[in-house]
Amino acid sequence: MTMPTVALLQTLPQAADYTRILPEIVLSLFGLAVMLLEPLLDEENNQKVLGLLALVGTLFALAATWCMAQSPGLAFWSMVQVDGFSVFFHVLIIVIAAVVILSSYEYMAVQRIRAGEYYALILFGTVGMTLMSSAVELVLIFIALEISSISSYILAGFRRNSAASTESSLKYFLLGSFATAFFLYGVALMFGATGATNIGQISHILQAGPIPLLAYVAVAFMFVGLGFKVAAAPFHIWTPDVYEGAPAPIVGLMSTAPKAAAFAVLLRIVFVIDVHALFWIIWISAALSMTLGNISALVQSNVKRLLAYSSIAHAGYILVAFAADPALGTSAVMFYAASYAAMNLGAFAVVSHFANVGERYVSLEDYQGLGRSSPLLAATLTIFLLSLIGIPMTGGFFAKFYVFSAAIKSNLIWLTIIGVLNSGIGAYYYLRIIVMMYMREAHKRVPTTPPPFALRLALAACMAATLYLGLSPNRILQYSQNSAQELVRKTPPEAPASTVSLR
Amino acid sequence: MNIDSLSPAILTLVTFVPLAGAMLLSLLPRRDREIRIFALVVSLLTFFLSLHLPVYFRRPGSGFQFEIDRPWISTPNIHYHMGVDGISLWLIVLTTFLTPLCVLISWHSVHERVKEFFILLLLLETALIGVFTSLDLFLFYFFWEATLIPMALLIGIFGHEHKVYAAVKFFMYTMIASVFMLAAILWLYAHTGTFDYVATRDLITNGAIPKFPAAAQWLFLGFFLAFAVKVPLVPFHTWLPDAHVEAPTAGSVLLAGVLLKMGTYGMLRFNLGLFPEQSRQNAWWIMILALIGIVYGALVAMVQPNMKKLIAYSSVSHLGFVVLGIFSFTQAGLNGAMFVMLAHGISTGALFMLAGILHERRHTYEIMEFGGLASPMPIYAASYLFIVLASIGLPLLNGFIGEFLVLSGTFQARPVYAILGATGVIWSAIYLLWMYQRVFFGKVTHEVNNSLSDLSSAEKWAVWPCAVAALVMGVAPILWLAAIDPAVHSALTPFVHVASRMVGP
Repeated sequence: MTMPTVALLQTLPQAADYTRILPEIVLSLFGLAVMLLEPLLDEENNQKVLGLLALVGTLFALAATWCMAQSPGLAFWSMVQVDGFSVFFHVLIIVIAAVVILSSYEYMAVQRIRAGEYYALILFGTVGMTLMSSAVELVLIFIALEISSISSYILAGFRRNSAASTESSLKYFLLGSFATAFFLYGVALMFGATGATNIGQISHILQAGPIPLLAYVAVAFMFVGLGFKVAAAPFHIWTPDVYEGAPAPIVGLMSTAPKAAAFAVLLRIVFVIDVHALFWIIWISAALSMTLGNISALVQSNVKRLLAYSSIAHAGYILVAFAADPALGTSAVMFYAASYAAMNLGAFAVVSHFANVGERYVSLEDYQGLGRSSPLLAATLTIFLLSLIGIPMTGGFFAKFYVFSAAIKSNLIWLTIIGVLNSGIGAYYYLRIIVMMYMREAHKRVPTTPPPFALRLALAACMAATLYLGLSPNRILQYSQNSAQELVRKTPPEAPASTVSLR
Repeated sequence: MNIDSLSPAILTLVTFVPLAGAMLLSLLPRRDREIRIFALVVSLLTFFLSLHLPVYFRRPGSGFQFEIDRPWISTPNIHYHMGVDGISLWLIVLTTFLTPLCVLISWHSVHERVKEFFILLLLLETALIGVFTSLDLFLFYFFWEATLIPMALLIGIFGHEHKVYAAVKFFMYTMIASVFMLAAILWLYAHTGTFDYVATRDLITNGAIPKFPAAAQWLFLGFFLAFAVKVPLVPFHTWLPDAHVEAPTAGSVLLAGVLLKMGTYGMLRFNLGLFPEQSRQNAWWIMILALIGIVYGALVAMVQPNMKKLIAYSSVSHLGFVVLGIFSFTQAGLNGAMFVMLAHGISTGALFMLAGILHERRHTYEIMEFGGLASPMPIYAASYLFIVLASIGLPLLNGFIGEFLVLSGTFQARPVYAILGATGVIWSAIYLLWMYQRVFFGKVTHEVNNSLSDLSSAEKWAVWPCAVAALVMGVAPILWLAAIDPAVHSALTPFVHVASRMVGP
């Protein structure tokens, strides 16, 4: 073979490259299959069949993730990186999607929403989110971010006959596009400052010489874009309105999976690019998110709004870890993302079951006396809420515990004090829901039906994960620590010859 | 069974038998009578198991016994480390002693959601015992927080009129205060790499922790705040009257009898154990707060029209004695503090039971509603008098020993404080006897009270063991002090030079 042919062959994607994006491929194929199958089915069946197909898709994607995990490394000219870190977020996001699909089954039937694109959009959104967690090229991250965002914009508006849902979708779309524009602007500025868009290369260049002022601005812009996605203060204003209007299972999805993905990106940007000026931005944003989220949640009377503010507060707790030491912080974020996903999805699954036709029953008063009328579901919700408070024996406790101990180890005493104080105050509003369920008598008849099998499965999965993380967090923590070490210690790759340079 | 083979497992057994009972109970059908009997059997079993501890406790022995230490979570380095010394020993037995009595006193008074009630009660027992047995800071915090939920639910579901307000107030006060303790624990872990109590204490004593001197005062305050709210020390006491008045009788009994002692136990174990230097520096204002608690609690108790609130405020006053004794750093003071904890647990527990018995019959705690009860309810009146006398501190009954020891210890350290504190003894005689007089003596003022029935057998079985315990503790305190004294002695070792200086040549 002549030399140019070898070079050409090297620039072509290898089989391993495709293995490293196998989950994304599988998810896209299943998403397309759902779309193609939809017109062929009558309305009666399509909900069940398409949902099942989507569910099978996520299971195959999990298997694909396993294959992907077997061949760690860079793919597609260093645009995608498979390591313990990205495998962790792949599994997390795909499992979240599966649970959301399970809890959507009943919801879609009760709300009489045509399933059609719904399940396909969930799968496509998942593609974007998983890709975010493994992309190490800022432009690819942006594309992945858009894939996931556009799906969620549409999903937020799926209750077409409800004005609130339309408002939610539009608001999410307008503000979201604005935020992604910020991110893109940050990417452009970073390219201007360093001449690279690959995270590894950027980190290499920035460490080599004096950091140009432009790089700080660029990172700050990217933080704004991602801060919007994770609903961190002061970019959180959209959250309550969007969560209130969007379909409840989708809120469960929006508040966990895209956040996890955005946190994954943020972890790579903050800890691999490692620009110190970001520290105070994160510090302030964390303190603000915790405080504003918790204080606003205290006075909410709509359960979905309440959980929206709670998710802002939880984003704040996670941001605390970003201000900490890289290795400790990364593993704390990973653990937090996992346990937050388990408890919050569970809570939203219960909320979407209770909501009933047209989401009529979502105010706090509607939860009065539920402890009596449907004791099992109320007990389940109670455990998720206790986990959100951070009571021992639940995943939420260890999540907070690791975050705050990472913060203390990094000498962030004041941030920790703000954090623990907030988690004390936060207990109040979760407690309000529990109080409503157990200590008040029902004033009006809220119809309750026994949960169908799919929902039970979803709840059981969330419950098992919440308790597992609370009782023996060892293995997950060990895993996240190892992959965090790997992520942080990683020396930036020398720009390989095959890299398609934008210069 | 061979004793040696039981010893390492006994603490685990005592702690988790109630939990296992609660789990089994959740599977039982909703047949109230069987549920009550089952709960009673489980709590009695726990009590008898816990008697293993004082029986086989080596006296005089310092350090921890019946220890078990297994790794639980590798990162962070959390151990399942349990053990008892003379300080925690009797608090465990107090818990297991009061729980069966709580089951008995709730026998007829709880009719609704009986199953949930007893499940919560047993869960609470596990958490309480866990607090006293844990020797790992993390495990301690774990159980500490775990007591919150069953107690808040007991108040919030089974309580009286303003139950929800009281339950939430109780929860929030304790929760917010204890997160500061969590922060302190996390700091210690970050700088020592261990949660183990004994290891941490040794590291601190050897001065092996970098940056410790600068942070020690804050750490001390972090722990202290959590405990002070629980005790409750005066500015933090406002949750207590609400929680007590609204709680069901069994809840009040465990709240006053054991939950408050978690605070004083924590001060003794963690504030004194880990931060001797800071304890000494801060003792002056803590003792002033304790004195304010003694006098203020008593004065407020005196003017209460509500019997349960009166008993609740009397707890504030009595727990003031405990704090006073602890921060006197004298052998007598600490022995006394421990003894008051136990005595208060028994006599105030019994007082709450007695108040609950009356409430069950008349659905009110207002003292005005009663009068002349001695004639329709003679046995009740006699039992009540006995317990009141024990609570006042009549010699030969349990209250006297503890208060005497506390005051004599305090006198060695700070005479003026002791003199002021001694007024508390007078106050308690005034408010309790005055209440007793208004409720039991004179003519029956309300017609309904004539037909009140005397103690039922379940109630007798609940109240009388307390009376017997009060008498035995008063006559033979050495049975308790023999185990307490060496533990207190070793707790005071870091203070020896301080103590001798204060006592004088």
